[in-house]
Amino acid sequence: MIKLTNVDKQYKEHHALDNITVEFPEQETTVILGPSGAGKSTLLRAINLLERPQKGMMTIGDLTVDFSNNLSNHEILALRRKTAMVFQSWNLFPHLTILRNITEGPIHVLKQNKTVAENHAMELLEQVGLADTANRYPSQLSGGQQQRISICRALAMNPYYILFDEPTSALDPELEAQVLRVLQDLAKSQHSIIVVTHNMEFARRVADKIVFVEEGRIEFAGTSDEFFNRPTERIANFLDAMKF
Amino acid sequence: MWEIIRSTTPEIVWAGIKYTIPIAVISFAIGLVIAAITALIRISKPRGNGLVKGIWYLGKLIFSFYVWLFRSTPLLVQLFIVFFGLPNIGIQFNAWTAGIITFSLNTGAYASETIRGAISSLPSSQWEAAYSLGMTYSQVLFLIIFPQALRVALPPLSNSFIGLVKDTSLASSITILEMFMVSQQIASHNYQPLLMYSIVAAVYAVFCTILTILQHLLEKRANRYEVAEGE
Repeated sequence: MIKLTNVDKQYKEHHALDNITVEFPEQETTVILGPSGAGKSTLLRAINLLERPQKGMMTIGDLTVDFSNNLSNHEILALRRKTAMVFQSWNLFPHLTILRNITEGPIHVLKQNKTVAENHAMELLEQVGLADTANRYPSQLSGGQQQRISICRALAMNPYYILFDEPTSALDPELEAQVLRVLQDLAKSQHSIIVVTHNMEFARRVADKIVFVEEGRIEFAGTSDEFFNRPTERIANFLDAMKF
Repeated sequence: MWEIIRSTTPEIVWAGIKYTIPIAVISFAIGLVIAAITALIRISKPRGNGLVKGIWYLGKLIFSFYVWLFRSTPLLVQLFIVFFGLPNIGIQFNAWTAGIITFSLNTGAYASETIRGAISSLPSSQWEAAYSLGMTYSQVLFLIIFPQALRVALPPLSNSFIGLVKDTSLASSITILEMFMVSQQIASHNYQPLLMYSIVAAVYAVFCTILTILQHLLEKRANRYEVAEGE
């Protein structure tokens, strides 16, 4: 389980995370929703330590850290290796082939044997239907393909949790569907997943749990059914505003 | 005239192979290492507790001072200080060593700015993607950042290298028998300065042309992951 307790992150004038306490259950898909600038991405990035909160505790599996202490390099690496991140603009490494984009982490971080890493990478590419791109470079692929590759790159690390930061926001609807299908398969296969998204239809279909964030605070955390039953006026407004 | 060209050119080219090229190559290699270290220190953001942070800031200051110093003074003056000046305070080098030290430090100062610019030009999302895989700082640097930065830095670094090859002619002033010095000596015997300096100019031009061709080949290889765009 991933658990945040009283996590606080403040920029100069802006309270990005305001005393957040929340749990992300194992083998479930948790979707983080909320208006733009609410702190959804900051919350997700805090789990991966790309953002460093100033206060609060975080537990990921068997590791617990207190953000008010200086984290050692060792702690940071150990925590980061528990999760893998899929970014909004995929952020593949442009100078490496698709295969090496996927194997670089397993070989250098997990110290996997090259053949083992490459076989695993090919299996993953097979699963997302992109085995024929192994020797090409990211710039030769479409956005939807690159995002599927970046999902493979995350999966290759055998992470305890996979974090998705608005994985389809930069894609055309058609390409978005390709990526969402991959995500849906992952959700069904009992991976532990946290997704930040604006796609309500997707949230409705795959979320086990929904966390609603606004102004750096958790406004709601509960099951998908509860959420879509409009538990508060604010959530009802939010859901209505999404309709057109 | 052809007779003079034929008899003197080999001597000049030989001086180039024996001095000009080795001095340029060795100084550039050392200069690149200095440049990379300088760039990294100047980019870094000091962290840690009071003392560590203080030393870190001091280090940044020293490296900034070094870059400023070598970019603000003429190379010829730097050579003179190292070779003729430092012996006054008991630091003595032979001409070779003095040349290599000065050329390396000079190249390092300029190239560090090139490398600093190239690293800063990469989007921070590349660092983030690499860190999110659990890589250490040095893994991110060597596997992800340097290879990409090198591609950006290749044209300006090639410029520096070609510049350095020509600047080695200044080594003649600290008694190194490189190409220019040799042609000078021949000219003082045969009273043909126009011819001798034209020959040495041509040899420099040939060396630099070869380097330019090499640069293009390197760039082509470095760009291989971009050329196919839109395929």
